[in-house]
Amino acid sequence: MTRKRRRMAFLAAGLACFALAAALVLAALEDKVTFFYSPSDLAVEPVGPDARIRLGGLVVEGSVARTGDGLTTTFELTDGAASVPVSYTGVLPDLFREGQGIVAAGRLVGGAAGARVPDAVFMADEVLAKHDETYMPPEVAEALVEAGYWREDPPR
Amino acid sequence: MPSFPHSLASPARFRRLSRRVLPWASALAAGLLGVGLVWALGFAPPDYQQGDTVRVMYIHVPAAWMAMLCYAVMAALSASFLVWKHQLADLAARASAPIGACFTAVALITGSLWGKPTWGAYWVWDARLTSVLALFFLYLGHMALAGAFDDRERGGRAAAILAVVGAVNLPIVKFSVDWWNTLHQPASVLRLDGPAIHGSMLWPLLTMAAGFAAFYVAVLLVRIDGESAARRVEVLTRRRAAGA
Repeated sequence: MTRKRRRMAFLAAGLACFALAAALVLAALEDKVTFFYSPSDLAVEPVGPDARIRLGGLVVEGSVARTGDGLTTTFELTDGAASVPVSYTGVLPDLFREGQGIVAAGRLVGGAAGARVPDAVFMADEVLAKHDETYMPPEVAEALVEAGYWREDPPR
Repeated sequence: MPSFPHSLASPARFRRLSRRVLPWASALAAGLLGVGLVWALGFAPPDYQQGDTVRVMYIHVPAAWMAMLCYAVMAALSASFLVWKHQLADLAARASAPIGACFTAVALITGSLWGKPTWGAYWVWDARLTSVLALFFLYLGHMALAGAFDDRERGGRAAAILAVVGAVNLPIVKFSVDWWNTLHQPASVLRLDGPAIHGSMLWPLLTMAAGFAAFYVAVLLVRIDGESAARRVEVLTRRRAAGA
Protein backbone atom coordinates (compact mmCIF):
# COMPACT_ATOMS: atom_id res chain seq x y z
CA MET A 1 0.00 0.00 0.00
CA THR A 2 1.44 3.33 -1.00
CA ARG A 3 1.36 6.32 1.36
CA LYS A 4 -1.29 7.99 -0.79
CA ARG A 5 -3.45 4.89 -0.70
CA ARG A 6 -3.05 4.73 3.06
CA ARG A 7 -3.98 8.38 3.52
CA MET A 8 -7.03 7.89 1.31
CA ALA A 9 -8.15 4.80 3.20
CA PHE A 10 -7.58 6.58 6.52
CA LEU A 11 -9.64 9.58 5.37
CA ALA A 12 -12.46 7.40 4.03
CA ALA A 13 -12.58 5.29 7.21
CA GLY A 14 -12.52 8.40 9.41
CA LEU A 15 -15.30 10.04 7.48
CA ALA A 16 -17.39 6.85 7.51
CA CYS A 17 -17.01 6.56 11.30
CA PHE A 18 -17.93 10.20 11.79
CA ALA A 19 -20.94 9.94 9.50
CA LEU A 20 -22.09 6.85 11.38
CA ALA A 21 -21.71 8.67 14.70
CA ALA A 22 -23.67 11.65 13.38
CA ALA A 23 -26.39 9.36 12.05
CA LEU A 24 -26.69 7.60 15.43
CA VAL A 25 -26.87 10.91 17.30
CA LEU A 26 -29.54 12.24 14.94
CA ALA A 27 -31.54 9.01 15.13
CA ALA A 28 -31.39 9.18 18.94
CA LEU A 29 -32.47 12.83 18.89
CA GLU A 30 -35.28 12.18 16.44
CA ASP A 31 -38.13 13.40 18.64
CA LYS A 32 -36.21 16.35 20.01
CA VAL A 33 -35.12 17.67 16.62
CA THR A 34 -38.73 17.80 15.48
CA PHE A 35 -39.93 21.39 15.44
CA PHE A 36 -43.54 20.56 16.28
CA TYR A 37 -45.81 17.74 17.38
CA SER A 38 -48.92 16.74 15.48
CA PRO A 39 -52.33 16.32 17.13
CA SER A 40 -51.95 12.52 16.74
CA ASP A 41 -48.64 12.63 18.65
CA LEU A 42 -50.49 14.25 21.57
CA ALA A 43 -53.08 11.49 21.56
CA VAL A 44 -50.35 8.83 21.71
CA GLU A 45 -48.10 10.38 24.35
CA PRO A 46 -49.85 12.95 26.55
CA VAL A 47 -47.77 15.93 27.68
CA GLY A 48 -47.93 17.49 31.12
CA PRO A 49 -50.02 20.65 31.61
CA ASP A 50 -46.93 22.81 32.21
CA ALA A 51 -44.87 21.65 29.26
CA ARG A 52 -44.57 24.29 26.55
CA ILE A 53 -44.75 22.56 23.18
CA ARG A 54 -45.31 23.40 19.56
CA LEU A 55 -48.29 21.90 17.80
CA GLY A 56 -48.50 21.80 14.00
CA GLY A 57 -51.33 20.97 11.65
CA LEU A 58 -53.98 22.32 9.30
CA VAL A 59 -56.62 24.79 10.44
CA VAL A 60 -59.95 22.96 10.09
CA GLU A 61 -62.29 24.55 7.53
CA GLY A 62 -65.13 26.44 9.20
CA SER A 63 -63.68 26.19 12.70
CA VAL A 64 -62.19 29.68 13.02
CA ALA A 65 -64.12 31.94 15.40
CA ARG A 66 -63.30 35.22 17.10
CA THR A 67 -64.47 35.94 20.62
CA GLY A 68 -66.09 39.15 21.85
CA ASP A 69 -62.95 41.20 22.44
CA GLY A 70 -61.92 40.63 18.81
CA LEU A 71 -58.40 39.63 19.82
CA THR A 72 -58.86 36.01 20.76
CA THR A 73 -59.23 33.49 17.97
CA THR A 74 -60.26 29.90 18.44
CA PHE A 75 -59.92 27.18 15.85
CA GLU A 76 -59.38 23.44 15.46
CA LEU A 77 -56.00 22.09 14.39
CA THR A 78 -55.95 18.75 12.61
CA ASP A 79 -53.52 16.35 10.96
CA GLY A 80 -56.29 14.29 9.41
CA ALA A 81 -56.32 11.66 12.17
CA ALA A 82 -56.83 13.75 15.31
CA SER A 83 -57.68 17.35 16.06
CA VAL A 84 -57.13 19.73 18.98
CA PRO A 85 -59.02 22.95 19.82
CA VAL A 86 -56.67 25.94 19.97
CA SER A 87 -57.18 29.36 21.51
CA TYR A 88 -54.87 32.28 20.69
CA THR A 89 -54.88 35.92 21.72
CA GLY A 90 -52.87 38.22 19.50
CA VAL A 91 -52.10 39.16 15.93
CA LEU A 92 -52.17 36.29 13.43
CA PRO A 93 -49.70 36.07 10.53
CA ASP A 94 -50.97 37.12 7.06
CA LEU A 95 -51.00 33.56 5.78
CA PHE A 96 -53.28 32.33 8.57
CA ARG A 97 -56.53 31.05 7.05
CA GLU A 98 -58.73 27.98 7.05
CA GLY A 99 -57.03 24.99 5.49
CA GLN A 100 -53.59 26.56 6.04
CA GLY A 101 -50.77 24.72 7.79
CA ILE A 102 -49.69 26.48 10.97
CA VAL A 103 -47.51 25.86 14.01
CA ALA A 104 -48.78 27.06 17.39
CA ALA A 105 -46.63 27.24 20.52
CA GLY A 106 -48.19 27.07 23.96
CA ARG A 107 -49.57 24.77 26.64
CA LEU A 108 -52.27 22.15 26.75
CA VAL A 109 -54.77 23.30 29.40
CA GLY A 110 -57.77 21.57 30.95
CA GLY A 111 -58.82 17.96 31.04
CA ALA A 112 -57.59 15.57 33.71
CA ALA A 113 -53.87 14.91 33.99
CA GLY A 114 -52.80 12.66 31.17
CA ALA A 115 -56.21 13.09 29.63
CA ARG A 116 -56.75 12.45 26.01
CA VAL A 117 -56.81 15.37 23.68
CA PRO A 118 -60.56 16.11 23.23
CA ASP A 119 -60.92 17.31 26.82
CA ALA A 120 -58.14 19.84 26.64
CA VAL A 121 -57.66 23.19 24.92
CA PHE A 122 -54.31 24.23 23.55
CA MET A 123 -53.63 27.78 24.78
CA ALA A 124 -51.23 29.18 22.20
CA ASP A 125 -49.01 32.18 22.88
CA GLU A 126 -47.45 32.18 19.42
CA VAL A 127 -48.83 31.21 16.01
CA LEU A 128 -46.57 30.77 12.98
CA ALA A 129 -47.88 30.13 9.48
CA LYS A 130 -46.24 27.24 7.67
CA HIS A 131 -45.73 27.86 4.00
CA ASP A 132 -45.82 24.88 1.66
CA GLU A 133 -43.54 24.23 -1.30
CA THR A 134 -46.05 25.23 -4.00
CA TYR A 135 -45.40 28.47 -5.84
CA MET A 136 -47.68 29.79 -8.59
CA PRO A 137 -49.23 32.99 -9.91
CA PRO A 138 -52.78 33.88 -8.71
CA GLU A 139 -54.30 33.29 -12.17
CA VAL A 140 -52.99 29.72 -12.22
CA ALA A 141 -54.38 29.07 -8.74
CA GLU A 142 -57.80 30.39 -9.85
CA ALA A 143 -57.72 28.28 -13.00
CA LEU A 144 -56.89 25.17 -10.95
CA VAL A 145 -59.78 25.81 -8.59
CA GLU A 146 -62.19 26.43 -11.50
CA ALA A 147 -61.07 23.26 -13.23
CA GLY A 148 -61.78 21.35 -10.03
CA TYR A 149 -58.19 20.15 -9.61
CA TRP A 150 -57.84 21.90 -6.31
CA ARG A 151 -60.15 22.24 -3.39
CA GLU A 152 -58.82 25.34 -1.74
CA ASP A 153 -60.68 28.65 -1.62
CA PRO A 154 -59.74 31.07 -4.38
CA PRO A 155 -57.02 33.43 -3.18
CA ARG A 156 -58.00 36.82 -1.86
CA MET B 1 -7.26 7.41 -9.97
CA PRO B 2 -8.76 10.27 -12.00
CA SER B 3 -6.10 12.06 -13.99
CA PHE B 4 -7.68 15.47 -14.53
CA PRO B 5 -7.00 16.98 -11.11
CA HIS B 6 -3.36 16.01 -11.54
CA SER B 7 -3.04 17.71 -14.90
CA LEU B 8 -4.61 20.84 -13.37
CA ALA B 9 -2.32 20.67 -10.37
CA SER B 10 0.49 22.44 -12.15
CA PRO B 11 0.12 26.09 -11.05
CA ALA B 12 1.38 27.46 -14.36
CA ARG B 13 -1.08 25.42 -16.38
CA PHE B 14 -3.92 26.33 -14.02
CA ARG B 15 -3.06 30.03 -14.30
CA ARG B 16 -3.20 29.86 -18.08
CA LEU B 17 -6.60 28.16 -17.97
CA SER B 18 -7.89 30.52 -15.30
CA ARG B 19 -6.87 33.63 -17.29
CA ARG B 20 -8.79 32.29 -20.25
CA VAL B 21 -11.96 31.33 -18.33
CA LEU B 22 -12.21 34.43 -16.10
CA PRO B 23 -13.49 36.96 -18.69
CA TRP B 24 -16.14 34.51 -19.88
CA ALA B 25 -17.32 33.68 -16.36
CA SER B 26 -17.45 37.38 -15.44
CA ALA B 27 -19.41 38.33 -18.56
CA LEU B 28 -21.78 35.39 -18.06
CA ALA B 29 -22.35 36.33 -14.41
CA ALA B 30 -23.06 39.99 -15.26
CA GLY B 31 -25.41 39.04 -18.10
CA LEU B 32 -27.35 36.33 -16.28
CA LEU B 33 -27.66 38.28 -13.03
CA GLY B 34 -28.76 41.40 -14.92
CA VAL B 35 -31.41 39.58 -16.93
CA GLY B 36 -32.42 37.41 -13.97
CA LEU B 37 -32.89 40.34 -11.58
CA VAL B 38 -35.03 42.36 -14.01
CA TRP B 39 -37.05 39.24 -14.83
CA ALA B 40 -37.49 38.16 -11.20
CA LEU B 41 -38.19 41.57 -9.69
CA GLY B 42 -40.03 43.19 -12.60
CA PHE B 43 -41.77 40.59 -14.71
CA ALA B 44 -42.26 37.37 -12.74
CA PRO B 45 -45.79 37.10 -11.31
CA PRO B 46 -46.58 37.51 -7.60
CA ASP B 47 -47.41 34.31 -5.72
CA TYR B 48 -51.03 33.33 -5.04
CA GLN B 49 -50.39 33.25 -1.28
CA GLN B 50 -47.29 35.31 -0.58
CA GLY B 51 -47.85 38.12 -3.09
CA ASP B 52 -44.67 40.06 -3.83
CA THR B 53 -42.84 38.58 -0.83
CA VAL B 54 -42.10 35.62 -3.12
CA ARG B 55 -39.45 37.75 -4.89
CA VAL B 56 -37.09 37.18 -1.95
CA MET B 57 -36.88 33.59 -3.23
CA TYR B 58 -34.96 34.66 -6.35
CA ILE B 59 -32.02 35.66 -4.14
CA HIS B 60 -32.53 33.29 -1.22
CA VAL B 61 -32.74 29.98 -3.09
CA PRO B 62 -29.72 30.48 -5.41
CA ALA B 63 -27.67 31.72 -2.44
CA ALA B 64 -28.64 28.64 -0.41
CA TRP B 65 -27.82 26.30 -3.32
CA MET B 66 -24.43 27.93 -3.80
CA ALA B 67 -23.75 27.75 -0.06
CA MET B 68 -24.12 23.97 -0.31
CA LEU B 69 -22.33 23.57 -3.65
CA CYS B 70 -19.43 25.73 -2.50
CA TYR B 71 -19.04 23.58 0.62
CA ALA B 72 -19.14 20.36 -1.43
CA VAL B 73 -16.39 21.76 -3.69
CA MET B 74 -14.35 22.87 -0.67
CA ALA B 75 -14.67 19.44 0.97
CA ALA B 76 -13.63 17.64 -2.24
CA LEU B 77 -10.62 19.95 -2.64
CA SER B 78 -9.69 19.41 1.00
CA ALA B 79 -9.88 15.63 0.64
CA SER B 80 -7.62 15.75 -2.42
CA PHE B 81 -5.20 18.03 -0.53
CA LEU B 82 -5.06 15.56 2.36
CA VAL B 83 -4.50 12.57 0.06
CA TRP B 84 -2.35 13.92 -2.79
CA LYS B 85 -0.90 17.06 -1.10
CA HIS B 86 -1.69 19.24 -4.10
CA GLN B 87 -0.85 22.81 -3.14
CA LEU B 88 -3.41 24.07 -5.64
CA ALA B 89 -6.20 22.17 -3.84
CA ASP B 90 -5.20 23.88 -0.60
CA LEU B 91 -5.20 27.29 -2.28
CA ALA B 92 -8.60 26.66 -3.87
CA ALA B 93 -10.13 25.43 -0.60
CA ARG B 94 -8.82 28.54 1.21
CA ALA B 95 -10.19 30.68 -1.60
CA SER B 96 -13.62 28.99 -1.40
CA ALA B 97 -14.36 29.43 2.30
CA PRO B 98 -15.10 33.19 2.41
CA ILE B 99 -17.21 32.96 -0.76
CA GLY B 100 -19.27 30.14 0.73
CA ALA B 101 -19.59 32.01 4.01
CA CYS B 102 -20.99 35.01 2.11
CA PHE B 103 -23.49 32.87 0.20
CA THR B 104 -24.60 31.29 3.48
CA ALA B 105 -24.95 34.68 5.16
CA VAL B 106 -27.04 35.96 2.24
CA ALA B 107 -29.28 32.87 2.44
CA LEU B 108 -29.73 33.29 6.21
CA ILE B 109 -30.45 37.03 6.04
CA THR B 110 -32.85 36.90 3.08
CA GLY B 111 -34.57 33.87 4.60
CA SER B 112 -35.06 35.76 7.83
CA LEU B 113 -36.51 38.78 5.98
CA TRP B 114 -38.92 36.42 4.18
CA GLY B 115 -39.79 34.53 7.35
CA LYS B 116 -41.16 37.56 9.21
CA PRO B 117 -44.02 38.38 6.77
CA THR B 118 -44.67 34.73 5.81
CA TRP B 119 -44.29 32.74 9.02
CA GLY B 120 -44.52 35.56 11.53
CA ALA B 121 -40.98 35.10 12.90
CA TYR B 122 -37.50 36.18 11.78
CA TRP B 123 -35.91 33.07 13.20
CA VAL B 124 -36.98 29.68 14.57
CA TRP B 125 -34.75 26.85 15.76
CA ASP B 126 -36.03 24.22 13.36
CA ALA B 127 -33.73 21.59 11.83
CA ARG B 128 -33.25 23.37 8.46
CA LEU B 129 -32.40 26.79 9.86
CA THR B 130 -30.17 25.38 12.58
CA SER B 131 -28.20 23.13 10.21
CA VAL B 132 -27.63 26.05 7.80
CA LEU B 133 -26.37 28.14 10.72
CA ALA B 134 -23.98 25.26 11.50
CA LEU B 135 -22.84 25.38 7.85
CA PHE B 136 -22.07 29.09 8.30
CA PHE B 137 -19.98 28.36 11.40
CA LEU B 138 -18.15 25.55 9.56
CA TYR B 139 -17.07 28.11 6.95
CA LEU B 140 -15.95 30.55 9.67
CA GLY B 141 -14.12 27.72 11.47
CA HIS B 142 -12.34 26.78 8.25
CA MET B 143 -11.19 30.37 7.71
CA ALA B 144 -9.97 30.66 11.31
CA LEU B 145 -8.13 27.30 11.31
CA ALA B 146 -6.47 27.89 7.94
CA GLY B 147 -4.82 31.02 9.30
CA ALA B 148 -4.28 29.89 12.87
CA PHE B 149 -0.81 28.30 12.49
CA ASP B 150 2.56 29.91 11.80
CA ASP B 151 3.26 26.95 9.56
CA ARG B 152 0.99 27.41 6.56
CA GLU B 153 1.02 23.69 5.74
CA ARG B 154 -0.26 22.71 9.18
CA GLY B 155 -3.03 25.29 9.04
CA GLY B 156 -4.08 24.01 5.65
CA ARG B 157 -4.17 20.44 6.90
CA ALA B 158 -6.22 21.26 10.02
CA ALA B 159 -8.70 23.28 7.96
CA ALA B 160 -8.93 20.50 5.38
CA ILE B 161 -9.80 17.93 8.05
CA LEU B 162 -12.54 20.24 9.37
CA ALA B 163 -13.90 20.72 5.84
CA VAL B 164 -14.05 16.96 5.15
CA VAL B 165 -15.62 16.12 8.51
CA GLY B 166 -18.10 18.98 8.15
CA ALA B 167 -19.34 17.53 4.86
CA VAL B 168 -21.53 15.27 7.03
CA ASN B 169 -23.68 18.39 7.54
CA LEU B 170 -24.57 18.68 3.82
CA PRO B 171 -27.09 15.80 3.65
CA ILE B 172 -28.48 17.00 6.98
CA VAL B 173 -29.13 20.46 5.52
CA LYS B 174 -30.66 19.02 2.35
CA PHE B 175 -32.89 16.37 3.93
CA SER B 176 -33.69 18.08 7.27
CA VAL B 177 -37.05 19.17 5.83
CA ASP B 178 -37.94 15.56 4.94
CA TRP B 179 -36.57 13.79 8.02
CA TRP B 180 -38.19 16.01 10.64
CA ASN B 181 -41.17 18.29 11.06
CA THR B 182 -39.73 21.70 10.26
CA LEU B 183 -41.28 25.11 9.82
CA HIS B 184 -39.24 25.48 6.63
CA GLN B 185 -41.08 24.04 3.63
CA PRO B 186 -39.67 21.01 1.74
CA ALA B 187 -37.83 21.37 -1.56
CA SER B 188 -39.77 23.00 -4.43
CA VAL B 189 -37.34 22.43 -7.29
CA LEU B 190 -34.90 19.61 -6.48
CA ARG B 191 -37.39 16.85 -5.74
CA LEU B 192 -38.23 13.49 -7.25
CA ASP B 193 -41.69 14.24 -8.68
CA GLY B 194 -40.76 17.42 -10.54
CA PRO B 195 -40.75 21.06 -9.45
CA ALA B 196 -43.75 22.31 -7.44
CA ILE B 197 -43.20 25.77 -8.79
CA HIS B 198 -44.89 27.30 -11.81
CA GLY B 199 -42.77 27.79 -14.95
CA SER B 200 -43.24 31.58 -14.88
CA MET B 201 -41.34 31.57 -11.57
CA LEU B 202 -39.04 28.60 -12.19
CA TRP B 203 -37.26 30.08 -15.22
CA PRO B 204 -36.24 33.39 -13.64
CA LEU B 205 -35.14 31.37 -10.59
CA LEU B 206 -32.94 29.09 -12.72
CA THR B 207 -31.51 32.14 -14.53
CA MET B 208 -30.55 33.66 -11.20
CA ALA B 209 -29.06 30.35 -10.07
CA ALA B 210 -26.94 30.12 -13.24
CA GLY B 211 -25.86 33.75 -12.66
CA PHE B 212 -24.87 32.93 -9.06
CA ALA B 213 -22.87 29.92 -10.30
CA ALA B 214 -21.00 31.98 -12.92
CA PHE B 215 -20.34 34.65 -10.27
CA TYR B 216 -18.95 31.95 -7.97
CA VAL B 217 -16.57 30.66 -10.67
CA ALA B 218 -15.32 34.19 -11.46
CA VAL B 219 -14.75 35.15 -7.81
CA LEU B 220 -13.15 31.79 -7.05
CA LEU B 221 -10.62 32.18 -9.90
CA VAL B 222 -9.69 35.69 -8.75
CA ARG B 223 -9.36 34.54 -5.14
CA ILE B 224 -7.21 31.51 -6.07
CA ASP B 225 -4.87 33.91 -7.88
CA GLY B 226 -4.75 36.07 -4.76
CA GLU B 227 -4.13 33.11 -2.43
CA SER B 228 -1.36 31.87 -4.71
CA ALA B 229 0.31 35.31 -4.71
CA ALA B 230 0.03 35.49 -0.92
CA ARG B 231 1.70 32.09 -0.64
CA ARG B 232 4.57 33.12 -2.92
CA VAL B 233 5.13 36.26 -0.86
CA GLU B 234 5.24 34.16 2.30
CA VAL B 235 7.75 31.69 0.83
CA LEU B 236 10.00 34.49 -0.47
CA THR B 237 9.89 36.36 2.84
CA ARG B 238 10.89 33.24 4.72
CA ARG B 239 13.67 32.48 2.25
CA ARG B 240 15.07 36.01 2.62
CA ALA B 241 14.87 35.83 6.42
CA ALA B 242 16.74 32.51 6.31
CA GLY B 243 19.40 33.94 3.97
CA ALA B 244 20.00 37.14 5.98
